[in-house]
Amino acid sequence: MPRISSPAELEERRQNILSKRDNSKPCIAVCGGTGCHALGNRSIIDAFKAEIKKRTLQAKVNIRETGCPGFCEAGPIVVIYPEEICYVQVTPEDASDIISETVVGKKVIDRLVYTDPKTGEKAIHESEIPFYKGQMRLTIGDNGKLDPKSIEDYLAVGGYSALVKVLQTMTPEQVVAEIKKSNLRGRSGAGFPASIKWDAVRVAVGDTKYVICNCHEGDPGAFADRRMMEANPHNILEGMIIGAYAMGANEGYIFVGDEFPLTVENTAIAIKQAEEYGLLGKNILGSGLDLNIKINIDAGGYVCGEMSALMAAIEGRVGEPTVRYDHATERGLWNKPTCVNNLQTWASVPLIVNKGADWYAGIGTASSKGTRVFSLVGTVNNSGLVEVPMGMTLRQVIFDIGGGIREDNNFKAVLVGGPLGAFLPESLLDLPVDFDEISKAGGSLGPSLVVIDEKTCMVDMVKYFLTFLSNESCGKCTPCRDGIRQMLKIVNRINDGGGKEGDIELLEAISEVQRVAALCPLGQTASNPARSAIKHFRDELEVHIKEKRCPSGVCKILATASH
Amino acid sequence: MSEIILTIDNKQVKAEAGMTVLEAARKAGIYIPTLCYFEKLKPYTACRICMVEIEARGRVSLDTACSRPVAPNLVVRTRSERIDKIRKMLLELMLAHAPESVPLQELAREYGADADRFEKEPSFCILCGLCVRYCDEVAKKNAVTFVDRGTRREIMFIPEIALKECWDCKECFALCPTIALQEAYLLTKALASASFSLEPEPEQ
Repeated sequence: MPRISSPAELEERRQNILSKRDNSKPCIAVCGGTGCHALGNRSIIDAFKAEIKKRTLQAKVNIRETGCPGFCEAGPIVVIYPEEICYVQVTPEDASDIISETVVGKKVIDRLVYTDPKTGEKAIHESEIPFYKGQMRLTIGDNGKLDPKSIEDYLAVGGYSALVKVLQTMTPEQVVAEIKKSNLRGRSGAGFPASIKWDAVRVAVGDTKYVICNCHEGDPGAFADRRMMEANPHNILEGMIIGAYAMGANEGYIFVGDEFPLTVENTAIAIKQAEEYGLLGKNILGSGLDLNIKINIDAGGYVCGEMSALMAAIEGRVGEPTVRYDHATERGLWNKPTCVNNLQTWASVPLIVNKGADWYAGIGTASSKGTRVFSLVGTVNNSGLVEVPMGMTLRQVIFDIGGGIREDNNFKAVLVGGPLGAFLPESLLDLPVDFDEISKAGGSLGPSLVVIDEKTCMVDMVKYFLTFLSNESCGKCTPCRDGIRQMLKIVNRINDGGGKEGDIELLEAISEVQRVAALCPLGQTASNPARSAIKHFRDELEVHIKEKRCPSGVCKILATASH
Repeated sequence: MSEIILTIDNKQVKAEAGMTVLEAARKAGIYIPTLCYFEKLKPYTACRICMVEIEARGRVSLDTACSRPVAPNLVVRTRSERIDKIRKMLLELMLAHAPESVPLQELAREYGADADRFEKEPSFCILCGLCVRYCDEVAKKNAVTFVDRGTRREIMFIPEIALKECWDCKECFALCPTIALQEAYLLTKALASASFSLEPEPEQ
């Protein structure tokens, strides 16, 4: 197939694809995401295929393996089009009934639809399920409608139309101005304004400039970025191509951990398709823009998400942070102007271009615009991938979308920002999803919300995250490496019943030094979980130390000792 | 070379562009403690003991003197309550590994660091990387390296290279701030394992 050589030709191709599609034809959409994969979606797809073959319905029914629609808790998820009937917790044995009753018979199977455990109400369509109701799925809404391995599916839902708009009607300066007006802030958690980086790279001098997508995401409990990449890779590519046009970049990298095989696979397929279509490579859509994007698979070191370590890893050096006095936007990867943005930042770009900066800036709070995608996990009823408008309160996310705490236990805390974030207690649940508000509370607006209940012990949680960081710090600088080591020793001791007067103060003293003296943001924020546990759950720590008792009954030695 | 004037501890100091704050201070006879610094090696910024307060464009920040380039009108403070507190804690963390280290003991006296504040960690190494970096950047042998990460990070001699290069070199030992205990142990271990693997298979 020849490469497409102009935006107009791409639109023709889109019309051609759409004209061949019959939206009234039944389609069985099975979630092909990693979560549903673990729940056995492969055998469900096989069962549907066998059933279709048995009934010789191949010409009358389509089957599509889609990206993750988000409701992992109720997976495997199957949606029947055109009626958009949503079935949850589907098994291979259900395939026969679904085809005979729903696809052919046009009847809803009662036992497979979602039932709200609180009200007993049934929800036939996604939009009626409480988990989806409160969400604003601007960047993940298409996940369930397309096969991530099909560029035609992406084009069919309007994909690459933002790129067409940019190439046909906007100058690079105008694109940067639009991003600036939208007030898009970097989704890594720190919330640095994207347009500042974009503009700096745009004006920087260099024969080679790089755009990098950080899809590293190694936090326990976080799977938002890799899932978005895996579910709709062309959306990310489109964002990066638009960025490259705006900044004059001609090389790109997608930095992704090798522990996400489906993400890597789908990304590689998408890049190849985009090259074949003329959306990557030389003279993209005849615009004169050249851009090559490569995948950089890293070995899975958490610290490689840090920008200087990330660039070192791509350059083939040890993935460790180094001190930098130049901005990456001027001297970044191989000392060339480089824009590193988080995956969710790139994902928002086509949306902003298509709908306009004013529309985008109308969503969210005064300082945080648009939406935020989280992996909502922990002891919450509805875990999964959620996208909410900035400004929604944590309470709404956890109780309305998340359906509250499992087994009617009491809420204890939510960890916002992963291993470098803060445990926020009940009293802070009315905080909005907002970079600055969460930062003021000691957390960072990272891609995960880990909910814990009263049966979880804070000492145990702090120990868990310090153990994680003791393995994932690069170990280069003293305050991070040995600070974590000594904090972990203290917490282990408290956990084992050997806590002493002064332990809490010593933890605080280490963290005070660590946060100002460590080399990189990992070290500077490594004590956040411990600090927030001390700040909000000091009583619980003191009971462990003074009374040698674990109120949640989690710390084993303490639990036995108290009997 | 263009001349740059900056202030270190209330003293006007002349420096050349491209110098670091540490180099400018040393040239002016102002002492800043260092552990992972060596003039023949690239700045590493790992021990953090050379952290100083730097005032630039009205903002005060902390930075490592060994890496920070000089700039006109920088105001540097090499001692303050905040810096002393940081150095004291860093020394205490390092003394848990190497209580006999003379440079650490001297600094501990200066900053009132308590060698027993933290539980001992038997490694005799503070991971300053002087041996690793010297072997890489100056000797260009790469016989000693870092392995693993986080709290499991350690130095390691590569037996095959060590057998060939280290007998006649050992220049890195003189750089070690912790009397090279860990280094000697690991080098011996590497040499022993390399010699052993080169021995012919015993006859049946």
